[in-house]
Amino acid sequence: MSAIIKTEGLHYTYPGDEIETLSGIDIEIEEGSFAVILGHNGSGKSTLAKLFNAILLPTSGKVTVSGIDTADEARILDVRRTIGMVFQNPDNQIVANVVEDDVAFAPENLGVPSAEIRERVDDALRRVGMYDYRMHAPHLLSGGQKQRVAIAGVLAMNPRCVVLDEPTAMLDPVGRREVIETVTRLCRENGMTVVLITHHMSECVGADRLIVMSEGRIIADGAPREIFPHAGRLKEEGLAVPATTELLYTLREAGLDLPLDALTVEECADVIAQKLL
Amino acid sequence: MDCVIRIEALSHIYSRGTPFEKVAIEDINLEIYKGQMVGLIGHTGSGKSTFIQHLNGLLAPTTGRIFYEGADIFASKTATRDVRFKVGLVFQYPEYQLFEETVYRDIAFGPKNMKLSEAEVDERVREAAQFVGIPEELFEKSPLELSGGQKRRIAIAGVIAMRPGVLILDEPTAGLDPSGCEGILQNIVDYRRKTGSTVILVTHSMDDAARIAERIIVFADGRVAMDGAPEAVFSRADELLAMGLDVPAPTSIAKALRQKGLSLPDAIYTLDQLRDAVLALAGGGGETC
Repeated sequence: MSAIIKTEGLHYTYPGDEIETLSGIDIEIEEGSFAVILGHNGSGKSTLAKLFNAILLPTSGKVTVSGIDTADEARILDVRRTIGMVFQNPDNQIVANVVEDDVAFAPENLGVPSAEIRERVDDALRRVGMYDYRMHAPHLLSGGQKQRVAIAGVLAMNPRCVVLDEPTAMLDPVGRREVIETVTRLCRENGMTVVLITHHMSECVGADRLIVMSEGRIIADGAPREIFPHAGRLKEEGLAVPATTELLYTLREAGLDLPLDALTVEECADVIAQKLL
Repeated sequence: MDCVIRIEALSHIYSRGTPFEKVAIEDINLEIYKGQMVGLIGHTGSGKSTFIQHLNGLLAPTTGRIFYEGADIFASKTATRDVRFKVGLVFQYPEYQLFEETVYRDIAFGPKNMKLSEAEVDERVREAAQFVGIPEELFEKSPLELSGGQKRRIAIAGVIAMRPGVLILDEPTAGLDPSGCEGILQNIVDYRRKTGSTVILVTHSMDDAARIAERIIVFADGRVAMDGAPEAVFSRADELLAMGLDVPAPTSIAKALRQKGLSLPDAIYTLDQLRDAVLALAGGGGETC
């Protein structure tokens, strides 16, 4: 597998700050994978995301996107075309008065011919399940719908990777589910690389990989099944584990011999039922 | 129990008489009791935010009335102004509303507007900061230098400093990491225990509502769809899911366990309850296996 994003010895300090926000990050994100970045507030997750598409440039070290150095000013558009970003607040990401105009905004700016824009917009809206709303006013949509329009706006640039920085923080349970199902489908069916930053442990269950950050460093990196069993360590870092893991953990502490790697509700119920029945 | 806020036949219609006319809430009748910890849940657009803005007079009803301790809050301009101090409203992402140069002055803004003496303002600022765990060393810092979680606490302290009889928080934990959420929820629980204030917590997190509320009010499509104790509300899982809501994770796990043949009690909505119920089964059935 080839890496779509690669960081080498990456350090970042915000201008005027004395303390480094990122202190030596070396990771490779594989093309087509679904990676989640976890970490407490201030751990450097969002900063890292902004370095992925050249919104920020490394203080030292290097970030490459499909082999292109993000610090290479001449290729910055290629980087931004490859990595699309979706942020927390959908209202700050929507610019037009009609859904399809909003989705067309980026390709218009890239100078894409209009027939192709039409195709890309329709395709992007279908992929997020918002095609029927293409003539609607964005401000009358629900939070989850707006966030899906924001994702469509990114897809219309034909990126190979989407980085989402807490896209569900402002959404209700249905909106949250819509967004997570949409990005999971984009990854599994379209081969899109997805990097999701979140505080919601339940959103990590379907990912290939969890990257846990603390104080600007990566402190754990592996499949959810490998990471969540270290519940005690994650709690020390101000993080939580999914309710399933938490339950198994407290039951184990109470003396029941249960595995900790049953992540879904169904798996968790299975291991408990097997133990007790 | 004493009723602190009574809501009678409250409806609110936005952009009335225009093509964009939208009924946000319709015929809401509720009584909020003194000292109660209420969890208010509902999908986006269910009318929760419109509703809470009526409780401190920020929005006026299209029809219906609201009473604070028996007095109509829209009876006069003075009554509406007074209710702003009695019913404290913490908006979503309140940290974006911090504007003063120092933490102290930001917290002091509300009580100063109440025309209190300087000594009284000072006492309230210190008390409010303590409630939310902001140490006095931070008082002279600019709020902008602090972390997101700290800013959120300062914004909450600014409302608490008015000593409102009713504290309403709109999604106070949105966007915070798990330990930040935990800290704020604990602050709210402690604040209510120490002051006896009424607290209304608007949240998308069923787990938070289940853990700290003693009464859950569910809004759907501008109406009150359910109102009751957590065990009563969360036992109606299918209806909640149909409304675009969820049940707390422990409730889902308990449901899956029952389907596999474990006999668990009906009312399970926190992890502690679920753990105890499973351990009770393990203790009873373990030896016979």
